[in-house]
Amino acid sequence: MSVQEVLPLGGLATEQTGHFRADHLLVAEMVKPGSRVLDVGCGDGDLLQLLETRGIDGRGIELSREGVNRCVAKGLAVVQGDADTDLVNYPDDAFDYVILSQTLQATRQPKVVLENLLRIGHRAIVSFPNFGFWKMRLQLLIGGHMPRTENLPATWYDTANIHFCTIKDFVELCDAIHVKMERAEALDLYGRPLRLRLPWWVWNMFGEQGVFLLSRGGGK
Amino acid sequence: MVGVKAIPSPAISADDRSHEVDHPSSEVAHFGADQPLRLDCGVDLTPFQIAYQTYGELNAARSNAVLICHALTGDQHVANVHPVTGKSGWWETLVGPGRPLDPQHYFIICANVIGGCMGSTGPASINPATGKVWGLDFPVITIPDMVRAQAMLIDRLGIDTLFAVVGGSMGGMQVLQWTAAYPKRVFSALAIACATRHSAQNIAFHELGRQAVMADPDWHNGGYADQGIHPHRGLAVARMAAHITYLSDAALHRKFGRRMQDRELPTFSFDADFQVESYLRYQGSSFVERFDANSYLYLTRAMDYFDIAADHGGVLAKAFAGIQTRFCVVSFTSDWLFPTSESRALVHALNASSARVSFAEIETDRGHDAFLLDVPEFFDISRAFLHSAGKARGLTGKDG
Repeated sequence: MSVQEVLPLGGLATEQTGHFRADHLLVAEMVKPGSRVLDVGCGDGDLLQLLETRGIDGRGIELSREGVNRCVAKGLAVVQGDADTDLVNYPDDAFDYVILSQTLQATRQPKVVLENLLRIGHRAIVSFPNFGFWKMRLQLLIGGHMPRTENLPATWYDTANIHFCTIKDFVELCDAIHVKMERAEALDLYGRPLRLRLPWWVWNMFGEQGVFLLSRGGGK
Repeated sequence: MVGVKAIPSPAISADDRSHEVDHPSSEVAHFGADQPLRLDCGVDLTPFQIAYQTYGELNAARSNAVLICHALTGDQHVANVHPVTGKSGWWETLVGPGRPLDPQHYFIICANVIGGCMGSTGPASINPATGKVWGLDFPVITIPDMVRAQAMLIDRLGIDTLFAVVGGSMGGMQVLQWTAAYPKRVFSALAIACATRHSAQNIAFHELGRQAVMADPDWHNGGYADQGIHPHRGLAVARMAAHITYLSDAALHRKFGRRMQDRELPTFSFDADFQVESYLRYQGSSFVERFDANSYLYLTRAMDYFDIAADHGGVLAKAFAGIQTRFCVVSFTSDWLFPTSESRALVHALNASSARVSFAEIETDRGHDAFLLDVPEFFDISRAFLHSAGKARGLTGKDG
């Protein structure tokens, strides 16, 4: 597997970047302006709003009605639904990109979901918390309990996140289902990309989350 | 003999009802021989009239018109006192000052559907060819016919594009038909508790209702008007059966449980011992005071025939191909008449057509009728959708 080059964050004026999350800015930068995007698990629609400022035609799926309501109030087109059950109803090649931001670990069937993302969209952008992050490892190693962090504060018994993985695990899944990684980024605890050319094991240790731009037909 | 209490006769005479049919307490648009209504059954209906209510003012750009489509037994009296029952408008929860559809901002129109009995031409109207009530000589009408007639009214009012078309249940069917037939004339569409086709179960319930009407000896093969009577018992039974489908098991249990009506113990008779019986009888007898039995047959039939996909080669998505309209689809968790699965099928078709669609399922135990009741979550999403669509339409200065 080829290690991807870490690209600088660009394409957005600094006055625009201020009120958007760093990981959203990174995702937005991966999407070509003018394309059609489906954001699966779009929450309050912040990322979709950011994308629409870049002339992108966005649609969303969100599990909670409150989230849908807030999105609709922003003028976004968002459907109440579930990544596990509703993606199958979308036609092939309906979107240029399908985004799954911080949601993969909460799905029942991550592999099926990932396959659907790349059936519906020509490309997929997937971000997830990295369970290989050093703080996670340390909590399990030293503390002897399931890790909890600032971004993932829930205990093991009430968390919605049922399928945690590490960056390394995810890369192996992509290989197994012949998904091509066009670009990979690791973000630190504050959602900023690790700006160095580093080997995978470092990312897997120091990346708090991974962000991947994927397309069809890669792997072994 | 065991005690029996029949459904009481209506307090309002047949004369009061027929007055609203031909001389409604509403604006009336007349369409003469030069403007027939071309019906799906192949008949040109002419002359005909549409009774309608409006609220608010049309702006200079003619861009703030909202069409509300009423449900099966609704009418044009959305937000004013009903001329027959004296009750407040049927959708004052949604329409009115400070409500999601505020007449201060929008020009709101609601027309009685063709086939109805509150002033638009229907089976209770006088057939000008014979000078007698149409009865079963009235041609069978469809949801597309209703919408075609509404489009003629909108033309008459000088409106090209409606800012929004809004409706629930049969009204929601009309909303969908509007977008399928006149996609460029609908800027946004709010379709609530509806479906793109009537299900087998729903057709079955309608058939039950129709048979109840027809089984009433006073129906006289639809010719009761000539006899000066009305098959109120049959129609009341039809309404009682239908009303159960508008509620839910949980709502009935919460509202009535097994509680007794004005008594402690069973009377060992067929009197209305239970509150739920008394409630249903009231629903039945009050309904017949304002509704025509033949009209009920025609309108339920129109819903039965509704199937948008069938009109587009069996592919629902084709009905909405390339549509620019903004959609908001709403369903209710306890609605078993138009369940969420129907709304989801619509949303999938709209997604497949790349339409701009939002969808929310509202949690409530109040069944299909929830769209007419005070359900804040439903108003929230309606308000949010109309407000954002208003911004996109350039209707600025909105506060709600």
